[in-house]
Amino acid sequence: MAAEVAFWILAVVSVGAALAVVLIRDIFRAALFLVLCFFTVAGIYVTLQADFLAAVQVLVYIGAVAVLLIFAVMLTREAQHGSPSNRLRIPVLLFALVLLGIMIYTMVGNDWTVPIGALSNTSLETLGESGSGLAASLAEMLFSEDGFVLPLEIAGIMLLAAVIGAIVIMREK
Amino acid sequence: MSIGLEHYLVLSSILFCIGMYGALTKRNAVVILMCIEIMLNAVNIALVAFSRYLAPEVIVLTGQVFVIFVMVVAAAEAAVGLAIIMALYRSRRTVDASEIDLMKW
Repeated sequence: MAAEVAFWILAVVSVGAALAVVLIRDIFRAALFLVLCFFTVAGIYVTLQADFLAAVQVLVYIGAVAVLLIFAVMLTREAQHGSPSNRLRIPVLLFALVLLGIMIYTMVGNDWTVPIGALSNTSLETLGESGSGLAASLAEMLFSEDGFVLPLEIAGIMLLAAVIGAIVIMREK
Repeated sequence: MSIGLEHYLVLSSILFCIGMYGALTKRNAVVILMCIEIMLNAVNIALVAFSRYLAPEVIVLTGQVFVIFVMVVAAAEAAVGLAIIMALYRSRRTVDASEIDLMKW
């Protein structure tokens, strides 16, 4: 019961914060509502028993990405112009509503559950009483030989390339 | 009615469409990046929900691993995107995406 209440509160607040990011004209306030949206998404991860991902969400998105975005808002001095819409507003609104209808129709109409036998080649982690050990098994999956260690290395190289690229682009000529 | 996979998927769809609307209509490039972050978060919610509910009584951790990779890509995208925006602002004194049309024909 508590999980349901938590889900509804978090869902309503996250949708409201996302709408505020899109609709508010003041860019700085939009960035603050984006932080609220990130926080509620972290809470939704907690209701899905993904505790480690909730911590990573707070650290990466709120600690790094949101601060970076607020830095950009401060540095570009476009805040007094607000964030107006371009002339595509009505067609894009129609397109977004149609896409939303199609997505909801598809996602609600299907039965997504899969029998466990179909997943026998992937490593499953039985859910403990408190979800304990989930981060450990996640780490084992990320770093083990038959897991995702090669994509992990590639992601590290990509982060390094992104950092170097950002420095090169930003550097004064 | 208990909370199931459909609730999370519908929430994810709503957030995705809000982010898409903002990314396609906003003029300020920083706000466009914010809306792209909302879209990536929506996809992450769908992935985590699938990892929780796809097989009952068990967590399929592949979805959470994918969320970690999506977060890595989102962080790299934010860094490079904001660097490009700052470089554009330095040379053209604007971040209005409808005025930055040098590569449009």
